[in-house]
Parts: sequence; C-alpha cells; structure tokens
Amino acid sequence: MNAERDILVIDDELTVTQAVVKVCSAEGMTVVAAGNATDALRYLEGSRFRLVLCDIMMGGLDGFQFLEELDRRGIEVPVVMMTGYSTVENAVRSLTSTGAVDYIPKPFTADELLAVVRRSLRCALLLEQAESASLERHGSMSYVPCPADYYRLGYVSWVLMEDEGTARIGVSDLFLKAAEGIIELELSLPGEDLLQGISCAVATSQDGSKHEIICPMDGKILEVNERTQSKPSLVEKDPYFRGWLYRILPPNPENNLQWLSL
Amino acid sequence: MLNSKIGLKLTFSVVLTVLFAIGIFAYFNIQSERKSLLFEVERHANQLSEAVKSDTEYDMMRNDRDRIHESIRRIGQQEAIDRVRVFNKSGEIIYSSDSVEIGTMVDKKAESCFRCHSAGEALEHLEMPERTRVFRTSAEAPRLLGIINPIYNAPDCWNAACHAHPSSQTVLGVLDVTIPLTELDRTVRRSQAAVVALAIGVILILSLIIGFMVRWLIDRPVQELLTATRHVAGGDLGYRVDAERNDELGMLARSFNNMSDKLAEARLQLFQSDKLASLGRLAAGVAHEINNPLTAVLTNSSYLLKRSEGQDDTRDDLKVIVSETIRCREIVKSLLDFARQTVPKKRQADINAIIGRAAAVIENQLSLGRVELVMDLDDTLPKVTVDANQIQQVFINLMVNALDAIGEGSGTLKVTSRAVSVRPTGTLQIKRAQCPKRHDLVDRKVQIDGKPAIGMRFRKQEQTGLIYLDPMYGSREHRLDDMPDLGVGVELLCPECSRSLIAEGEVCPDCGGPIYAFEVPLKGMVQGCLRDGCGWHRWEQVDSSWNDEFVEVRVEDDGCGIPKAQIPKLFEPFATTKGQKGTGLGLAVTWGIVDNHNGTITVESEVGVGTTFIIRIPVES
Repeated sequence: MNAERDILVIDDELTVTQAVVKVCSAEGMTVVAAGNATDALRYLEGSRFRLVLCDIMMGGLDGFQFLEELDRRGIEVPVVMMTGYSTVENAVRSLTSTGAVDYIPKPFTADELLAVVRRSLRCALLLEQAESASLERHGSMSYVPCPADYYRLGYVSWVLMEDEGTARIGVSDLFLKAAEGIIELELSLPGEDLLQGISCAVATSQDGSKHEIICPMDGKILEVNERTQSKPSLVEKDPYFRGWLYRILPPNPENNLQWLSL
Repeated sequence: MLNSKIGLKLTFSVVLTVLFAIGIFAYFNIQSERKSLLFEVERHANQLSEAVKSDTEYDMMRNDRDRIHESIRRIGQQEAIDRVRVFNKSGEIIYSSDSVEIGTMVDKKAESCFRCHSAGEALEHLEMPERTRVFRTSAEAPRLLGIINPIYNAPDCWNAACHAHPSSQTVLGVLDVTIPLTELDRTVRRSQAAVVALAIGVILILSLIIGFMVRWLIDRPVQELLTATRHVAGGDLGYRVDAERNDELGMLARSFNNMSDKLAEARLQLFQSDKLASLGRLAAGVAHEINNPLTAVLTNSSYLLKRSEGQDDTRDDLKVIVSETIRCREIVKSLLDFARQTVPKKRQADINAIIGRAAAVIENQLSLGRVELVMDLDDTLPKVTVDANQIQQVFINLMVNALDAIGEGSGTLKVTSRAVSVRPTGTLQIKRAQCPKRHDLVDRKVQIDGKPAIGMRFRKQEQTGLIYLDPMYGSREHRLDDMPDLGVGVELLCPECSRSLIAEGEVCPDCGGPIYAFEVPLKGMVQGCLRDGCGWHRWEQVDSSWNDEFVEVRVEDDGCGIPKAQIPKLFEPFATTKGQKGTGLGLAVTWGIVDNHNGTITVESEVGVGTTFIIRIPVES
C-alpha cells in the first residue's frame, strides 16, 4: 500500500467515478475510486496520492468537510473539487479552501477533465519543487514572483486594486506554468459583466487543452488588454504587469476581497 | 331585491315629503275656506237679525205682542234658521220661535249673554264678531251659529202709550238668532275629502314614477354590475360591463371595466412571478440531479470520441452525442443562472446609455453589415431607477432575438426610446366643446356612431370644409369626413367665429404633427393630433387622474415574425421558437427582469413583416 498512486476520485455516483477512472487510466494514470469521503480518508491514510478529485455534494461528509478533515489529520494532498451545482460560492470556496487547488463543474468532457487534472498535477509538482528549492536555499524568497499588494484567487488569477476604484485582473504565473504554454487566449468584450468564481477567459495550451480562467472579482469590463489578446505569450512572459487581461469597475470589491489572499 | 330597497326608501321619503306638503297646504287652505264661509254665514245672520228687528219694530212700538209672536214664529219656521228669540235685560224670554221657552229665564252666564255680562257691568255695544258664537246643544247635534242683536232704548219707547220702558235704560233686550252650520260643515268636509283623495292620487303616481325610474336608472345597471362582479369574482376577468351610459353608474361601469383590466394584468404578472419563482427552486434541484448522469454521458462519449480515430461513422455519431450533451449542459447552466436571479440593485440610470452598452455588446454579431442597426433615442428622457446590468441583459436578449429573427438575410434592427404617459383605458363622451370665444363646437345634426360630433372648419391652401371628430374620448376613432391630407399647414377654425383651434407652438408627442385644442367647460382642455392615423389625444382632466409616466423602449426587427398563436406563450420558460438555437429561457428571464422593475413588456408581431418588443419602465417621482 505504500506505492504512490496518481489519482483518488471521490463521488457517490458510481457512473461518475467509473468515467473518471476510465478516462484517466487510458492516459496511463493510476486511479482509485471511493464512493464516499470516509472511504477516501481510509485510502489516504494507507497510501500516497498525487491528486484527489472530490465531489462537493455527497452523503455523509461533503466535499468541504472532507477538506477540513484532511487538514485536521495533516494529510497534505492537492484536491480538485467537482460539483453539479456550480454556484459562484462553490467555485470560490473550491479555489480558496485549504487543500483545494482547482475546480471543475460537472458535467465535463474527457478533455476538460484531463486538462484540469494535468494542470493540477503539474501545479502540485511545481509547488513541491519550489518548496524543496526554497528549503535548500534556507528560507529564501518565495517561488512566486507575485507582487505583495496583489490579491490572488487560489493559484489561478490575481486582482490589483487601483486608486480610481477600478481594478486590474490577470492570471497567476503558477497557473500559466501548470497549463504549459499558452498559445491562444479567448477574452470577453468591454461592457460585459464578470462574476467572481465564473470563467472570464479561456486559454488554450500547446497540447490543445482548454483552461478556464476563473475571475477573481465581480465587475464590468472597462478595458481589455489588446496586447495580450494579439500576443498571448506576453501573459506568460510578464503575467503581473504587461500581461494583465482586463481593467474592470467592481461594484463591491470589499465583498469579493474576503475570499482572496494577499 | 336591490331595486325594492332603494325604490322603497326613495318612495317612502318622497311620500313623506309630499304628505307633509299637501298636509300643510290643505290645513291652511281649509282654514281659510272655513273662515270665509263662516264670515258669509255671520253676515247673513246679521242681516237676518236686522231684518227681524226692523220687521218687528213697528209691532213693538204698538206693543202688539200677538203679531210679534206670530212674526217670530213664522221666521223661525224657515229651514235655514234654527231659532229666533227675544229676551229682556233681566233674561226672561219674551218672544221665541220655540213657544215652549217663552217666559223662561236665560242664565246670564249662558252663551248668548256672556259677551256683555262677563265683565261684571253689562256692556252696551259689541262689534260683530263679538256678537256671534258657534256652539252645539249636544255632542251629536249639528253646530249652530248664534248672533245677538241688542235692542236699544229709543225716545219712542219711553214716550209710547204703554210706557213700557223707563228712559234710563240703554238696552231693552236682545234679539238672538241661531242658524245651523250644517251646510258649511258639509262643504268643509267635502274639501277635506278632496285633499285626501288628491294626496293618495299624487302618492300613487309618484310611487309608480319613482319605481320605474329606479328600475330603469339604477336597478338594471346595478344588476349588470352585480352580474359582472360575480363573473370577475369567479375568475372571468375578461367580462365587460356595458359602459355606454353617461351617468354615475356609467362611470362606475367604466371604472369597473378598468379595474378588471388591471386585475387581469396583475393576475398575469402574479401568476408569472409565482411560476418563475417555483421554476427557480426547481431549476436548482434539477441542475444538481441532472448533472451527475450528464457527467457520465459526456465523459464517456468524449472519451470514446478521442479513441475512435479512423472510424468515421462512429465518430460522427459520437460527435452528435457530445455536442447534444454539451447543449444539455448549457440549458442546465442557464436554468441555474435563471434561478440565481436576485433582487435588482437599482440606481438612477440613463436608459439610453444602457441601450448603447447593449448595442456595443452585440455589435460584432451584426454579421458584417448585413443587419443595419438604427437607433432613435430621445435624449431628453428622464432618468429611471433600474439595475443597469439587468436591464442591459434585457436589451441584449431582445437584440439577439431580433438578429436571430432576421436570420441569414439582411434586415434592419431598430431601437427607439421615448417617454410616454399611459392613458386610461375606457371611453368618455365629450358632450360640450368650446372654442376660445365659447361657441359650442358640438354639432347635433352630425353624428358619429349616434353621438353628436365635434365640428370644426378646416382651411388648407384653397380647400375648405368641415371635419367632425368622434366625441368618444379614448376610442381613438376620430373620423375626419371627406378630408384631404391633414398635417402641417392646415388651419382649423371655429365654424362660428373663425377663431383658430390649432394649439400654437405645440406638436403631437407621438408623431410631431400639429395638434388641435378645445375646452370642455369645467373639465379642462382636450388636445389631439390632426395627422391621419395618429390618433393621439389627451384630455387633461382624464389623464391627470393617472399620472403614469414611463420610459418606453421599442426593439423592432423586420425578421420572420411570430405566429399569433405563439405570442401568449412567448414569455413562458422553454417556449422557444428558435428550435435548437435557444434554451427557451431568454424571454422568461427578460420578463422576470422587467417585472422586477415594475415594468411591462409587450410584443407586436406579424409573420413575414417583423416583431416589435415594447418595454415600459416606470419613471418614479
């Protein structure tokens, strides 16, 4: 039981776990399925997993209680939340709760699932590498070159509050690195309303998988950064300055900021 | 039932009034009749008394008592005379037509003596009314009128041979004549009977008239209203009362009809709101339940699709499964969006700016210039209190629908905004209309739908003639008889004094055409548009009682149109006409948003001609 597995999928719907197992196994990943959170915790006590896919609404412990339980037992494993009830609140909590790294709304295609799984695995790996690197360097600066006054929504996106009451939105470097080479960026139009926790742009990476960029703050788009649109590589090169995506007018930023971390 | 109550009360009060009036009138009338009759009888009795006195004077002088007895007896035998008697100063009856009482004494306290003897010392002269008395001998006997006539001493009396009376006496005796009042009393009774008959007759006729009037004026319309109330209470909100009458009940009927309209509208809105709220709750539940099976379908089918390289037939089938499952996902997502609809966050906003932002969003969908977007926005619009995001969503939905309706061909999408004040429904007849010099414009000889029309003289270049307006305000059917094209440049004059009836410096808010104005005495000005087919008109008094100001936005396309049968269901969820292109929630969401803003959304459409959505958002004061 000591062998490291790739994925543990938790859902009370057998068809869902079966589908996930099938898709991920076909890509050469080792997958274990659990029908509830209690079983999953037992598996996690016994062996190491690189990633957990967990449904939010389940009988017994729900997804968020499962996260708390992991934290309580000191089990460190990145968790991707899944839900068929994709509300803004669920999305934001899935990105910000301790242990949770990403979020995928049901239903999803095989490609969508794989994109999230690969991205999350890479992200976990990157975090691990960065951690060991910083340990080697004895507490040197963080691996993330994110400026201090930027608020972040999980590892996905960032928001910078500007003096005029407007805000600038962009993608975090970790997300970009995890997605592995953005070749295309689909952005929204000026005037459209963005909602915190809902996708605000779609990035296509080199392997053709699509990555939904979850918006960190509500607001109306005032300006779209045309340079990133015409040259998506700019986002990767300078994600926190010249690679911003939108300038928005947030109606109640305080409300949104409570979910974000500095 | 109702008739009898109102009718009875009305009849009762009128009968009381009539009885009171007739009673007072009869009382004074009979009193005065009785007085004048009595006066006549008195006069007659006095004459008779004088005649008896002078007839017997000669015999008295000669002291021929037998002749006097005989004369008095004969006079007393006449039917119109009850009794004639003469008694002396001490009260002894000397002569009488009733021979039995001769020699008896009259009590000085008695009726005939009382006048003079009541004061202690006997009076010697009495005026006529004081000499008469009316009395009865017994309760059943007819009334009698007695008149006393004092016989005064005269020189001949004490100089006469018989020396019957000393010269010191002033009054020698009294001649007392009594006449029965049977005839007078009969006449008075006859008058009283006539008055009673008159009163009964009047009351009967009045009751009949009131009963008929109540039935005609109150009972029938009230019964109609009652029937209508029952219909409406039973849920038939389309029931209408005949509101042609022009009295208060006609007004009540119109107001009733108006109320039914508003109720019907409110019920629809309530029904719709309720339905949408339940749908929202349902949607949240369904979304969760349906997404799990959808996950299995979508994941497996997309997985198979990835692995089926080279098997074209299977791939095509799988593609259909994947794309249709994704479509399901989008429907469930929009259901969730729909369920998420919250209370609007309202702020003062400029509706034109919202329209502009909505137009910017769909601009790239205008399909490379195939569709022309025409904006006709009134920049003097008042601000409205709305959730700008939600309202923008409404306009985007409607514009996208319009683009879909235009389809592959080319077409025009027109967006218009303006301020409107909604006129009351129902009609009112204009019965009087005056020019500025107070000439009556209502022409009774010319009628429109049986009602006297409002006549005006027009003059345009060389043409002149009369036009007649429909007097029914609110029917919008102004008929302009035998008219050339009215509009700019026409003069409208009072037929009598040729004063202009055009409202100078004002134009129709609907079409910008010239407007006429005239006054309805005591009820304010009536204005209307002259241009044929416009039909705008406004009556201060009627319109001010409603003060419903709206900002109206029309989204108009010349696309395929909507069949009549589909229009009533248009705003219901899942009522899509777009087949696979839509989820059927767009207009339900639109409706919900407009409803949340206390606005209305209506649609006018004709297949092959186009569709117009009209949104009205109230302007709050």
